[in-house]
Amino acid sequence: MNDSVLILTIFAAIGLGTPLVFATVGEILTERSGVLNLGVQGMMLVGAVAGFWATFKTGNVFLGVIAAIVAGAAISLIHGFSSVTLRVSQIVSGLALTIFGTGLSEFIGRAGTPALVGSPSRATFSPILEGGIADWPIVGPLIFGHDVLVYLSWLVVAGASYYLFHTKLGLSLRAVGEDPASADAAGVNVTRYRYAHVVLGGALSGLGGAYFSLVLVPSWQDDLIGGAGWIAIALVIVASWRPWRALFAAYLFGAAGRVNFTLQTLEISAPSNLLAMIPFVLAIVAMLVLTSGKRARLLGAPAALGVPYAREQR
Amino acid sequence: MTLRSESPALDLRGISKAFYGVKANDDVDFELRQGEVHALLGENGAGKSTLCSIIAGLYRPDTGTMHVYGEPAHFRSPKDAFAAGIGMVYQHFRLVNNLTVAENMVLGNADLRMRYSDVDIERQTHEIGNRYGLPVDPQARIWQLSVGEQQRVEILKQLQRNARILILDEPTAVLTPQESDQLFRTVRQMADEGRAVILVSHKLHEIKQVSDRVTVLRHGRRVGEPVATADATPRELAAMMVGHDLVLPTRDPNEHLGDVVLSIQDLRVRNDRGLEAVRGVSLDVRRGEIVGIAGVAGNGQRELAYAIAGLRRPVAGTIALDGVDITGTSVTSRIARGIGYVPQNRLGMGLAPGLTTEENLGLKAYRKPPFSRGPFLVPKTFKDVGAQLIDEYDIRGVRPGLPIRLLSGGNLQKALIAREVTQQHSVLVARSPTRGLDVGATGAVRNLLLRERDGGVGVLLISEDLDELLALSDRLLVLFEGRIVGELTSDEADPARLGLLMAGHVEETA
Repeated sequence: MNDSVLILTIFAAIGLGTPLVFATVGEILTERSGVLNLGVQGMMLVGAVAGFWATFKTGNVFLGVIAAIVAGAAISLIHGFSSVTLRVSQIVSGLALTIFGTGLSEFIGRAGTPALVGSPSRATFSPILEGGIADWPIVGPLIFGHDVLVYLSWLVVAGASYYLFHTKLGLSLRAVGEDPASADAAGVNVTRYRYAHVVLGGALSGLGGAYFSLVLVPSWQDDLIGGAGWIAIALVIVASWRPWRALFAAYLFGAAGRVNFTLQTLEISAPSNLLAMIPFVLAIVAMLVLTSGKRARLLGAPAALGVPYAREQR
Repeated sequence: MTLRSESPALDLRGISKAFYGVKANDDVDFELRQGEVHALLGENGAGKSTLCSIIAGLYRPDTGTMHVYGEPAHFRSPKDAFAAGIGMVYQHFRLVNNLTVAENMVLGNADLRMRYSDVDIERQTHEIGNRYGLPVDPQARIWQLSVGEQQRVEILKQLQRNARILILDEPTAVLTPQESDQLFRTVRQMADEGRAVILVSHKLHEIKQVSDRVTVLRHGRRVGEPVATADATPRELAAMMVGHDLVLPTRDPNEHLGDVVLSIQDLRVRNDRGLEAVRGVSLDVRRGEIVGIAGVAGNGQRELAYAIAGLRRPVAGTIALDGVDITGTSVTSRIARGIGYVPQNRLGMGLAPGLTTEENLGLKAYRKPPFSRGPFLVPKTFKDVGAQLIDEYDIRGVRPGLPIRLLSGGNLQKALIAREVTQQHSVLVARSPTRGLDVGATGAVRNLLLRERDGGVGVLLISEDLDELLALSDRLLVLFEGRIVGELTSDEADPARLGLLMAGHVEETA
């Protein structure tokens, strides 16, 4: 029964959805502070190439993951500086970060000898349990059959949700994103919160990127992640800025990415290029449905999203 | 400890603060004693709010020193001011609308544990509300509360943090007379407990009612020494505030009541949340009269004004101008037909913050000569007309080429009214036109409205300021929960009766 198309599809959806979980939760945390970062795609690519490079050099995937987190966090600081300190347009800054990160990842991929491009990864993550409970029907593959990063992503979701809604820091964070002037007047350091959560978002995006280069693909090529960064930004809205919803939305999109393969398994023929578009079409439709008209107000977008804060501005 | 108890709660010396080269505070001294209510009086733009923001740690002064209970203080942020026991209730509340009352109460509070439960903070909020006789619903979200309740939350928030020095910036601007009285009782109680309270206001009767001493600011500087409230008459205080004797204009009975110019029948309008905010309003405005609409903010005033100005399509009912139904027409066509609108939100609704003063003054006339020829603007007209209006309406602080948002609130309003009244029109809708204005500017605005009325314009004055309504209106209608619950002639109207109607106590029709 664990070989049924349904179970295999869900299992694959979890794998394909995992980088989206990391990046989406990261962007949720960033946007909850009132900063819109459209650089997710760039940060993921830099994380992916950094993680691949570190693993390539050391043979150790854990060092690769750490490198991806550090690289994603580091490059997000560009956005933090320009949007929080310099208060430039967050849209322009974020788009620039994506363009820069894309170019940087391609440059790093070709810079060394031997070049990273086209090389397979020297190491990858495998499921942590083999046999035993991992073979139990249904729950075996779906709950116990994953690699360590999938479990980490569940921890990140649970942690982010608890952090947002049950801790003092989370309350302050939500206040900063809703109404920075009020948060400031209440003694919350708006600048510090915004920087911290831009960097946190960058770190999680980097980690999400590394899941492509170390687990899903696992090799390096230009634009390895497809449009995953953009999907993550759409998923933030689909998930209405809530981590648990992001988890399930990410898996839904993971499943959409798997449709192609599943249909082949079922021997239904359809043009694969069209099927590859499904996640993007789904993203657009979801955004249109969710953000149209009165529903948008129920979504709970942070009220100060995208608005720079200057205390002494009149 | 004797030294500590004798030193003033606050001692400010030589405070200066400039914005874009304009001095908002200029060498100001200010002393606040323990256990006193100290009024800070001044016209709009006199520097009251700036001074308070410096005390609360929001702005940093350019020069000057501050001592709190005898200790030198250098605040880098509001957090430092809290730590020193200073809490401020801002004129525009600093509450996060989407969070609950309890969440707002604990936001930024250093005493809160890292992990908290909603149940705990709601219980705490409930307890402190009861202790001070200011009950609030801890689970309600801020946007669900009335303005008076929101203010309660702000005050409780400061009390919970044990603020020893409390700053109230124009606290009664949005309250009914009854709510104001309740507030003043709380203020008095706090002072009697040994806290020091700064009350910012430009309403003289309030200052007389509740304060112990008064410091007057004018043009960013302190006027004379602080005076004991009991020793000063309102007239003297007003003179100190504006620099000369000034009596606010009030209406004379209107002699030439004309035909009905604006007629509204059974109007229903929805608010932003899709609920009906105006629920069946009918009224007439004649040429040559000022009809006042009284009511606590949020009872449908905004939606009523929007519907008349053409900014929102009503659900039902009709609006007629000179007998012609204009219910479905556009804003542009209403401007052309002669409806003038002075919005409450000057920046954003009334003025374009990023454009210059001259451009803003021409913003309703630019489609026609002499402001434009064909598709081209005529800069010279903007410049000449702008200069004339700036001079005529005494708009201060204008600097060529700089955006209008840098002007103070009073001058923004003067600019807005200057533009509206220079248009040819037959109806003028004004929403809280003197809100936040100083005595001088208020007088100027009132005169403008009265001049319009005497010129045969029908004026609909929607305001929360009872003094203003009573001084200007020929007839008063009270709006409560989207319905008109009372109509009073100027002879029948008094604050107590209006206050009751505004609070929803419908008079029995005897």
